[in-house]
Amino acid sequence: MSKDIRIRKGLNINLVGAAEQTTSKAVTSNVYALNLDDFHGITPKMLVKQGEEVKAGEALFYNKNKAEMHFVSPVSGELVEVVRGARRRILTLKILADKEQNYIINKVPDLDTADGAAIKNYLLQCGGWPFIKQRPYDVIANPDETPKAIFISGFNTAPLAANVDFILKGKEQELQAGIDALSKMTPGKIHVSIGDSTRSPFLNMKRIELHRVKGPHPAGLVGTQINQFDPVNKGEVVWTLSPQDLLMLGELVLTGKFNAERKVALAGSVVKTPQYYTTKIGAEISTFLYASGVTEDRFRLINGDVLTGTKTSTEGYLGFYNSTVTAIPEGDDYDLFGWNKPIFNKISNTRAMTFSWMLPGKKYKLDTNTNGEHRAFVVTGQYEQVFPMDIYPLQLLKACMVKDLDEMEQLGLYEVAPEDFSLTEFICISKQPHQQIIREGLDLLQKELG
Amino acid sequence: MKDKLHQLKLKYQGTKMAPAFNALHTFLYTPNETTHSGAHVRSADDLKRTMNTVIMALVPCLLFGMFNAGYQHYSAINGFPENFSLFEHFLTWENFLVGIPTILPLVIVSYGVGLAIEFLFAVIKGHEVEEGYLVTGMLVPLIIPVDTPLWMLAIAVAFGVVIGKEVFGGTGMNILNPALTIRAFLFFAYPTWMSGDKVWVHEAVERAGTADAISGETVLGSLAAGSEPTFSLADMFYGFIPGSVGETSTLLILLGALFLIFSKIASWRIMVSAVLGSLAMGLIFNGVVDAGWLPTYSKFYTLMSFPYWQHLLVGGLAFGIVFMATDPVTGSQTNKGKWIYGFLIGFLSVMIRVFNPGYPEGVFLAILLMNVFAPTIDHYVVRGNIKKRLKRLKTATIYPKSSDEVDSLKTETA
Repeated sequence: MSKDIRIRKGLNINLVGAAEQTTSKAVTSNVYALNLDDFHGITPKMLVKQGEEVKAGEALFYNKNKAEMHFVSPVSGELVEVVRGARRRILTLKILADKEQNYIINKVPDLDTADGAAIKNYLLQCGGWPFIKQRPYDVIANPDETPKAIFISGFNTAPLAANVDFILKGKEQELQAGIDALSKMTPGKIHVSIGDSTRSPFLNMKRIELHRVKGPHPAGLVGTQINQFDPVNKGEVVWTLSPQDLLMLGELVLTGKFNAERKVALAGSVVKTPQYYTTKIGAEISTFLYASGVTEDRFRLINGDVLTGTKTSTEGYLGFYNSTVTAIPEGDDYDLFGWNKPIFNKISNTRAMTFSWMLPGKKYKLDTNTNGEHRAFVVTGQYEQVFPMDIYPLQLLKACMVKDLDEMEQLGLYEVAPEDFSLTEFICISKQPHQQIIREGLDLLQKELG
Repeated sequence: MKDKLHQLKLKYQGTKMAPAFNALHTFLYTPNETTHSGAHVRSADDLKRTMNTVIMALVPCLLFGMFNAGYQHYSAINGFPENFSLFEHFLTWENFLVGIPTILPLVIVSYGVGLAIEFLFAVIKGHEVEEGYLVTGMLVPLIIPVDTPLWMLAIAVAFGVVIGKEVFGGTGMNILNPALTIRAFLFFAYPTWMSGDKVWVHEAVERAGTADAISGETVLGSLAAGSEPTFSLADMFYGFIPGSVGETSTLLILLGALFLIFSKIASWRIMVSAVLGSLAMGLIFNGVVDAGWLPTYSKFYTLMSFPYWQHLLVGGLAFGIVFMATDPVTGSQTNKGKWIYGFLIGFLSVMIRVFNPGYPEGVFLAILLMNVFAPTIDHYVVRGNIKKRLKRLKTATIYPKSSDEVDSLKTETA
């Protein structure tokens, strides 16, 4: 039974530079890279040595704590560099791509007859598993656990994020295959939420619970939807996938081929002609960034959207989970009496001489300035205005900061991911790093109790 | 200018004086800080803007207080004008020239001493100078009598800032509202300067005992003494009555409240519930009088029979509700808690006001008391959320881990 709901608390951040719905093929990248920070909490064990050749879809490394979990190469070529950081921790794997791409074609399980364990093994072996994330802890799902439900948010409400309907257009078959494979691994339901879209690829899909979720951001965050439909309790596990990852997973079970191709939105006020590009996971961002052109020399390039993405540079590579790349101006400049003059060109949740409330439809050109210094928590009641979950955000953040495990558990840390706190972080008057606080809290909780 | 200051900032970076310099620098320019982790863009609000908004809401009260100081002074000498006209009798240079030299020093001492201590602590402890005192420093001169000696104020401010705030770790960490801590210190250390019929009018204390002696009593003061107030309701509402500097004009406080609610800076929940609380207590007192349970010779009779809603017009109740009870640091932090917290502040304020034998006012005591209880209120509100979660846990669907199955099989075969 599907539920249609409306989220009331939230804030839409309208920015200049949304991607035009046209797609170009990005120039083929020479080097592809996997950034291991994308796989939070995974300790890699290499299967391929530097200098060796790999095929597209061949395993590069596995998870030390779960040897069956393979992470595969998005392209065929030579592993040219293993970038290591402090204590020889592997940071990035760089692959020099072949001109002619060779794929490993895996033997696909029959979706009608295969059981959950067979699908699970297949995905673990062929590199499809890392697309599945779990709550609690917001990490790659633990294959030993059975989820009570699987959640997929079929739309984006984050600022400038890729339009899901557009990037998944015409891929119904692959998506259905992905859903079919997932449905074998849970006795529970697969919840898919869409906005008010009429051309969502999920509209006529089988074996899902389709929900319509309306309202401002964070309505499109999967955490908001979980909290509304089936919140996570202590001991319970739910899995989450983003739609673009479901597509890859679906193609993997349908064709046996790990096809790293992905439609990516290039957006942001710095980009001259923001639009969509077809490229591959791990591709050099510069291969499509300069095709669209930039209007400034210095800017912040973000793998993902402006609220949850990670900072990268023009030498960076497309992240494993990202379908959006954003470029916005850097804001490292001073502003004379910026704290007391009326503000017309920035977004605010208050009306304290800030006027974004008067023009709800206006698009803004925000930069990376914090608009103030870091302070202790002072103001109360602000976060609740944009935080739709049945959780006390301020109290949970404080519990994480003082590392009080009991409180963290009782106040609902199992239900959240850092991204759920991106909007509270945006409006925070004390400029506290909410997502980092929650991430550290989750890591601690997992280490102590997980 | 911008670049020179930037060079200076780099020069001071890492030194002891960095917080002091940064405080002045960020006062001129919002800093060039950019985001590092998490959200790459941030909203336009910061703590300085928040505090500044409260100060803007307070300025009308301060200006009114300056005129009122002169008005009360001349009225005490010459008697209140018969056909009162706002521009002829109140908004005059004469009145303002009495107000400026008496009240401006209070503001200067309050800010001077308080900020000096803030800077000192920031430099010693190496944290940034925080903006909390900007509001406190403005509140303090508005909640004391006009003629409060400056040295008393200086001592009280020092006490309030150090004991009320800095020992807890500064803005955001304190338990008691610093402005009210300062007020309470003055009240208990120098009670003769905080009550009576001499302190509310400029020069009344100096002239006491001479042929030119003047006096002026607050509405509550005369009620407590058992006499009906001589001021009309309009006087009370507009604020042409004796009292602490900024607390008399209910009209301007109301405007400030609307501004703060509109700008979403102060909690409307606290304000509304505190008004409801005070009305409730007032109604109870009126009811007791109407039921005839209280003999007319009782010393509480006049105060208890004072019409319930008029409590909001006299004394510091309105000012306290709007500007002190809504302090986010010392108040309740949860939305539900704010209703309870505010209601009890209003309720207790009127109760203390009526039953306080020494001094017919209780707003600051009620708010300080509720400051102490605010964390307890929040605790129970948050418990409610936790209980809901525990209840949900009973119907949780937890599947065994596949590794558990393997383990149990192993133990069976062994």
